[in-house]
Amino acid sequence: MRRIGRYALLLFVLAITIGPFLWQLSTSLKGAGEDVYAPDFVPSQPTLANYAGVADAVPVWTFVLNSLFVAVINVVANCVGASMAGYALARLKFRGRRLAALVFASGILVPFEVILISLFLVMRSFGLTNTLTGVVLPGAIAALNVLLMRNAFLALQPEVEEAAVIDGANAWQRFVRIAVPSARGTILVVALFSFMFSWDDFLWPLVVLSDPDKYTLTIGLAYLQGTFFQNQRLVAAGTIIAVAPLIVLFISLQKHFFRGVGEGAIKG
Amino acid sequence: MRSPARVSRWYTPWLFLLPGLAVVVTFSLVPFVNMIVLAFTNATALGGGQFTGLANFRRMLDDPKFWVALRNSSLYLVCIVPPLVVLPLLIALLVRKKLPGITFFRTAFFTPVIASAVVVGLIWTWLLDSQGLVNNVLRALGWVSRPVPFLTDEWLLLFSAMLVTVWKGLGYYMIIYLAALGNVPGDLHEAAQVDGAGPVRRFFAVTVPALRPTMVLVAALSAVNGFRVFSEIYLLSGGSGGPGGADTSLVMLIQQTGTGLTGNVGYASALSLVLFVITLGLLLVTLRLNRREEAL
Repeated sequence: MRRIGRYALLLFVLAITIGPFLWQLSTSLKGAGEDVYAPDFVPSQPTLANYAGVADAVPVWTFVLNSLFVAVINVVANCVGASMAGYALARLKFRGRRLAALVFASGILVPFEVILISLFLVMRSFGLTNTLTGVVLPGAIAALNVLLMRNAFLALQPEVEEAAVIDGANAWQRFVRIAVPSARGTILVVALFSFMFSWDDFLWPLVVLSDPDKYTLTIGLAYLQGTFFQNQRLVAAGTIIAVAPLIVLFISLQKHFFRGVGEGAIKG
Repeated sequence: MRSPARVSRWYTPWLFLLPGLAVVVTFSLVPFVNMIVLAFTNATALGGGQFTGLANFRRMLDDPKFWVALRNSSLYLVCIVPPLVVLPLLIALLVRKKLPGITFFRTAFFTPVIASAVVVGLIWTWLLDSQGLVNNVLRALGWVSRPVPFLTDEWLLLFSAMLVTVWKGLGYYMIIYLAALGNVPGDLHEAAQVDGAGPVRRFFAVTVPALRPTMVLVAALSAVNGFRVFSEIYLLSGGSGGPGGADTSLVMLIQQTGTGLTGNVGYASALSLVLFVITLGLLLVTLRLNRREEAL
């Protein structure tokens, strides 16, 4: 009896959390003759035409490629850059280490929205506004990821590395052969989060990009809504195109994802 | 014993740090310092700018848009913190036990978190439209006779945006609570059960006190995020900030003031400085609260 009550509650929360996505999916599949306002969850004339229609209305596949480009560069830069910096902070002794750690710590304390305008000016002085490079750079190596990697490397056993030192391994060899393989879990979490944040980012691309053919998917969608708000089927198809890859990625890697969110939150 | 670092040359650590330091300094710390300097100038989007002392801040005091934005951001913070502290905890308790299929539910509850704010904003714009699903259901139930103007009324739009923020945040804070629940000592629960305490009593006597630091953390995170609201209001209002800009948030005002060819960079920087001081203040209050917890 108790168990039935629990499942009833679970289904209730399920309806609230994924119901809106299913409704959007349903709208995106509704045929031209159907009333999109009618509360029918199952389309009576299901069609994929809206997905072709959204591509005719705006260059949605260009937006997808732009987003993908930005997200992949962001993942690679964060994994490599944050691992390197985190390794130096955790495992190498040198003068100025505290100062370096302080720089990353203060990077976390500055909310992005606070430097938005000033960052735009910096980007303009490099001539990088309205470029995808300009979209990627500010988050390319996030201070938070550096500190996450530092924590991961601090947790490694020092003995293994000491043995490698005796064998004559230098810092780069120890980093690549010992430290990185042992911190794979955290690196995967950094990769996942970098992809997600980059793919989902809205405010910075909105400020830094002005040409529609440079738009990332999020900006493209807001633009699509502005232009084609009367045809909700197209907007719905656009949002499904934007969210589907993340859902697939998330389901395939969810174990690491959950562990990462929990640990990150508790440590942070 | 030799320390591992001795083997390397003195500059090796700096080669490891160089990319990270370059990005953080160039795109975070330099703009931050620059923002503070600009806040005291009349710089425009075209550049230039002279030192004008506190002029930007005096202008703020007389700017009705600033007060509207400050009110909206503050109201946002005040209204979203209580539901975001309580509801994800209840959901975490619901998915905590290992039941068949529980991983599916946890994963599904997290979906709104991974979707971008834009997708979420567009979905809810569609749901809350005057002819949208929510209004359809309300009418079918006979609760309303005319469509509720969720997206066109000044106050309803703000509350709709809060609803979206809470909905999107449930899964994220649920995970934080799940991790914390794993650390609540089980024997306390058993002892309370032996003493005859029912589930509700045990929740308030054992779980809540043990989770209090986590609740403070969730309150802080949701408060800071709530105060920085941008996407939800922007999207639900179609970029306008509501009727006559009545629902503009502080970040929206910064974005509107500082960007574009007519951007007033000096004034936008002064607004950014206010945003920074308030978010820092929120964090410091939380740190104090948590320290008091530890002292107890």
